[in-house]
Amino acid sequence: MNWLAVRSIYLFEMNRWRRTIVQSIVSPVISTSLYFVVFGAAIGSAISAIDGVAYGAYIVPGLLMLSLLTQSISNASFGIYFPRFSGTIYEILSAPVSPFEIVLGYVGAAATKSILLGLIILATAALFVPIRIDHPFVMVLFLVLTAATFSLFGFVIGLWADGFEKLQLVPLLIVTPLTFLGGSFYSIGMLPPFWRTVSLFNPVVYLVSGFRWSFFGRADVSVGLSLGMTFLFLALCLAAVTAMFRTGYRLKA
Amino acid sequence: MRPHEFEPGAASDAVIAIEGLTKTYKSGFQALKSVDLTIRRGEIFALLGPNGAGKTTLISVVCGIVNPTSGRVRVNGHDILTDYRAARAQIGLVPQELTTDAFETVWNTVSFSRGLFGKSSNPAHIERVLKDLSLWEKRDNRMMTLSGGMKRRVLIAKALSHEPQVLFLDEPTAGVDVELRQDMWRLVRALRDTGVTIILTTHYIEEAEEMADRVGVISKGEIILVEDKAELMRKLGRKQLTLQLQAALPAVPASLGAYDLQLAAEGTELTYTYDTKAERTGITSLLRDLSEAGIRFRDLRTRQSSLEEIFVGLLKEQA
Ligand SMILES: Nc1ncnc2c1ncn2[C@@H]1O[C@H](COP(=O)(O)OP(=O)(O)O)[C@@H](O)[C@H]1O
Ligand SMILES: [Mg+2]
Repeated sequence: MNWLAVRSIYLFEMNRWRRTIVQSIVSPVISTSLYFVVFGAAIGSAISAIDGVAYGAYIVPGLLMLSLLTQSISNASFGIYFPRFSGTIYEILSAPVSPFEIVLGYVGAAATKSILLGLIILATAALFVPIRIDHPFVMVLFLVLTAATFSLFGFVIGLWADGFEKLQLVPLLIVTPLTFLGGSFYSIGMLPPFWRTVSLFNPVVYLVSGFRWSFFGRADVSVGLSLGMTFLFLALCLAAVTAMFRTGYRLKA
Repeated sequence: MRPHEFEPGAASDAVIAIEGLTKTYKSGFQALKSVDLTIRRGEIFALLGPNGAGKTTLISVVCGIVNPTSGRVRVNGHDILTDYRAARAQIGLVPQELTTDAFETVWNTVSFSRGLFGKSSNPAHIERVLKDLSLWEKRDNRMMTLSGGMKRRVLIAKALSHEPQVLFLDEPTAGVDVELRQDMWRLVRALRDTGVTIILTTHYIEEAEEMADRVGVISKGEIILVEDKAELMRKLGRKQLTLQLQAALPAVPASLGAYDLQLAAEGTELTYTYDTKAERTGITSLLRDLSEAGIRFRDLRTRQSSLEEIFVGLLKEQA
């Protein structure tokens, strides 16, 4: 293992994050806080509790997931897309590093950023709504797994994209809708049976459900299934990255 | 014999061995056609060729940036595909394009390169490299604030940050000012003196002529010639003998029509072009025929043709 290279890429990416602290931390924290203000403090009191959890608190895990997914994807995809776009990728390709080390550096940094951001948002949420975490270990497990998985997914998008539009496309057209429809703001048990079944094809449902269970002990689907789906998605992303590197896809002519 | 000159064919002297290397891009374009090339340890090798000849492609394959289609490349005996770590660790690459991280400082981007190549941090070395390249004062500047020439220096510093044994310079002086060019050659010579092997590509023939120990000419993806520079000039060089005449001639006399002669300087200079490769240069008979024709001269000089002329001649032969 070329640990020094992994460290170099990781620190390079973390540095980039520090330089753009406003876009990368302040703005997601503010926009998420607005949800807490609106749903938690303002209209949340007019909505009845779900599964015995006050609505303002009920939506916290889902909103955390939403930022976790979008930030992981955008961070990781940009991290690898930009060197491809600017040409500085030549140095990474010519260095004595394995694909695994490259992925570890980039995805590790992207996941770290998302986790930190998630924790900051969680702390912010606690200012507006009463939060309890019944299963902190499982909560951290979901946080880390989701950050890693979707950073990996973002990395795949960053390798695949051949323009800035495509970089925005997947988060905007797929991930955000899936998150909103994935039970972030409601329990899928509240849906008519047909739509409940349709929802089960939405991978985000499993993430939100499992994550919410770690907070309040209530879930739409079993926690084991949630965890299993998360690992499945992680495995799919790993397979995609491996295949891309093996063929030099969009990296090497 | 200078220390960097070696007997050809001595295998242990090969720092890079390229065998039957071909590259066909996805577009179907064949950029390299079965290239065989050996770079000797410690030499300065100039790869010369017109735009689009395949110079960058060749370098990119050796450095791991472009996948080879077939063939084999070894760096100090390490295969670039199966043993890529060992192979790449020895190589520093200064790319043709000025690609840099705009927001990084000079110091950070150069230190980053060293870490990427798996070398533990060594601020003293980075400092030395930056000073050698007149970048020390700029170490805290962001890349985007630097001029093109300065960026080129930073790319060289990045390539040297991990103390490579082999340095590739892909058109290092394209669009570079005179000062940088001279600095660069000074640095290249100093590196060579420490045992670093240097491969540079250029389409400026003067560069190859000034710097290289050996020259390879590539055209349309094929290496058409590899030769010691001095040997190349001697073997392929055409020489010119210029005679300064005592009296101006209106035209070349018909009796001298068999020779390749040109009149210049209002008829006071007669230039004879001949091939040093030829069995006989024809100088003796020319001088005899001149004296028979009653043409007298005050002075004479000979001039060897430059690589440029050799190069143009070679490419014409190819076409
Ligand atoms: N990625 C690519 N896809 C298709 N053709 C390419 C690619 N890169 C280079 N070429 C072609 O290969 C040939 C050699 O290019 P290059 O190696 O850059 O030449 P040089 O460096 O000698 O100018 C050119 O005709 C160029 O257009
Ligand atoms: Mg080129």
